[in-house]
Amino acid sequence: MSNAEIIGQDPGWVIALKGVLVFAVCVFLTIMSVWGERRIVARMQQRSGPNRVGKFGLLQALVDGVKLALKEDLIPKSADRIVFVIAPIISTTTCFMAFAVIPLTGPVNFFGQETVMQMTDLSVGVLYVLAIASVGVYGIVLAGWSSGSTYPLLGGLRSSAQVISYEIAMGLSLVAVFIYAGSMSTSEIVAAQDKWWYAVILFPSFVIFAISMVGETNRAPFDLAEAEGELVGGFHTEYSSLKFALFFLSEYVNIIAVSALATTLFLGGYRALPGLGFTEQWLGGWFTLVWFFIKVLGFFFVFVWLRGTLPRLRYDQFMKFGWKVLIPFSLAWILIVSTLRVMSQQEAPPALIATFIFSIALIYIAIATLIDKKKAAQEKAARNITSSEPDFPVPVIPNTRVEQING
Amino acid sequence: MNPSFNPYVPILAIGAIGFGFAIFSVVAAALTGPKRYNRAKSDAYECGIEPSPQAAGGGRFPIKYFLTAMLFIVFDIEIVFLYPWAVAFDSLGVFGLVEMALFIGTVFVAYAYVWRRGGLEWD
Repeated sequence: MSNAEIIGQDPGWVIALKGVLVFAVCVFLTIMSVWGERRIVARMQQRSGPNRVGKFGLLQALVDGVKLALKEDLIPKSADRIVFVIAPIISTTTCFMAFAVIPLTGPVNFFGQETVMQMTDLSVGVLYVLAIASVGVYGIVLAGWSSGSTYPLLGGLRSSAQVISYEIAMGLSLVAVFIYAGSMSTSEIVAAQDKWWYAVILFPSFVIFAISMVGETNRAPFDLAEAEGELVGGFHTEYSSLKFALFFLSEYVNIIAVSALATTLFLGGYRALPGLGFTEQWLGGWFTLVWFFIKVLGFFFVFVWLRGTLPRLRYDQFMKFGWKVLIPFSLAWILIVSTLRVMSQQEAPPALIATFIFSIALIYIAIATLIDKKKAAQEKAARNITSSEPDFPVPVIPNTRVEQING
Repeated sequence: MNPSFNPYVPILAIGAIGFGFAIFSVVAAALTGPKRYNRAKSDAYECGIEPSPQAAGGGRFPIKYFLTAMLFIVFDIEIVFLYPWAVAFDSLGVFGLVEMALFIGTVFVAYAYVWRRGGLEWD
C-alpha cells in the first residue's frame, strides 16, 4: 500500500491528533534548538553559554519565552495597526503548514490505527512546500512595511528579495530529484531512494539546495536582513513581546522545515543509514522517527556551525552569488543530468556518453579559465591605482583640501 | 482508500492549529504585558535620535527590489514548467529533452540580456 492509501484510511481523530503532535514537536524542537544553538555557538567561541536555568540551562529558551510574554506589547504610532498585527500571524501559520507533507516515519501503529506519521501525501507535495514558503514571504514584507519605520522597511525588503532569489535556485535544484524519482510526492521520493541517497547520485543538486536553504531562511552567513551594524534588527525591529516571539518561532520552525525537506529529498528521509536497515523494524517502526530526527538535527548543527564560522556576506555579493552563480549552474546541471538520463535510457553507445561527459568537462574548464583570467586582470587593475583621486566621494579633510577648493 | 478522504483536509487541520496558536499569542501579548504610556516609546526606532517623519525616502524604496521581484516571476514560471516535465521525464524520451532544452535556451537568452544590461548588478 502506498502512503497516500494508508493515510486515506485515517479517521478524523487521527488527523487531528497528528496535527497536534506535529505542532508540539515543532514548538518543542524550536525551544530546544534555540538552547542548543546558543550552547554550540558558545563552545565555538570559547564561552559556556546559558547554563543557569535548569540543568545545563535547558530551560533557558522557555524562560525567555515567558519573559517576552510579560513585556509590553508596543505598536508604534507610525505603524499600520491592522497589517502590523496580521504579519506575525501569517508568518506563524505558514511555517507550520510545510510540515503537513513531510513523512516522519514509516508504517507504524498509532494508538491501534495502522498509519504513517505524515499528515497528508499530496502528489504535488514538494511544490506545495515551495508554495507555502512563498506565502511566508508576505509575513516578512508586510511586517517591514507596516512598521512605518526606516530600518524595518529596508530589512523587510532585503529579506524578501533574498528569500525569493534563493527560492529560484532551490526550486531548480529539485528538478533533478523529480527526474530521478518520477514523482513530486515526498513519500515516493523517499521510497525511490531505496538503494542510493540522492545526496550521493545528485551531489551538485544537493550542494545547491544546501546553500540556497541557508539563504532562504535568512541565516548566517546570509543573515543580511538583520545586519545589526546597518539595520538594527531587520524587519522585526518594531515588534516586541509575543509578536516578536512569533517571528522568532517561525524563523526556527522554518529552519527545521527546510532541514526536514532536505532530509526527505536527499538523505532518504526516515530510512535508516545504509547497512542499518534492520533498525527500521524496532519499536514497531517508531525507530524510523529517531533516524529522521538524527538527520534533521545534523542539518541544524550545520546551520549553527556556519553561524559560528563564517562572516556575513555583503548584500551585493550575496545577490550576485544567487543570480549569477547558483541559477546558471543549476540550469546547466539540469540539462546535463537529463541528457545523461536520456542517453542511458536509449542505450546510447558508451563512446557517445564518454564524449558528452568529456565535452562538458572541456566547456567547464574553458569557462573557469575565462573567469579566472578576468578576475586576475581586475585584481591587477585594482593594485595599480595611478590617480590619487578616488572615484567615490570622500569627506573633506580639514586644512588640506579646503585650501584647494578655495584656491 | 476511503473515498470521502480529501488529502487537503489535514493541511487545513495543521493550518488551523498554527493559526489558533498565532491568534492566542497576539491576544495574550496584549493582555499579559504592562501598559505604561510614554510618548517617546511609541516613536519609530532610530537608535535614539529624533525619528524621521516617514520611513526611508518617504516610504519609497529602490527600484532594484521591484526588478528582482519581476525576474523572480520569470524564473518561477520557468520552474513551474520544468516540474511536470521532470515528473513525466521517463516517458517523454528524446523529444521531451530537446523541447525542454529549447525552452531553457529561450529563457537563457532573456537571462543573458538582463545580465548584459546590468539588471543583475547591485550597487
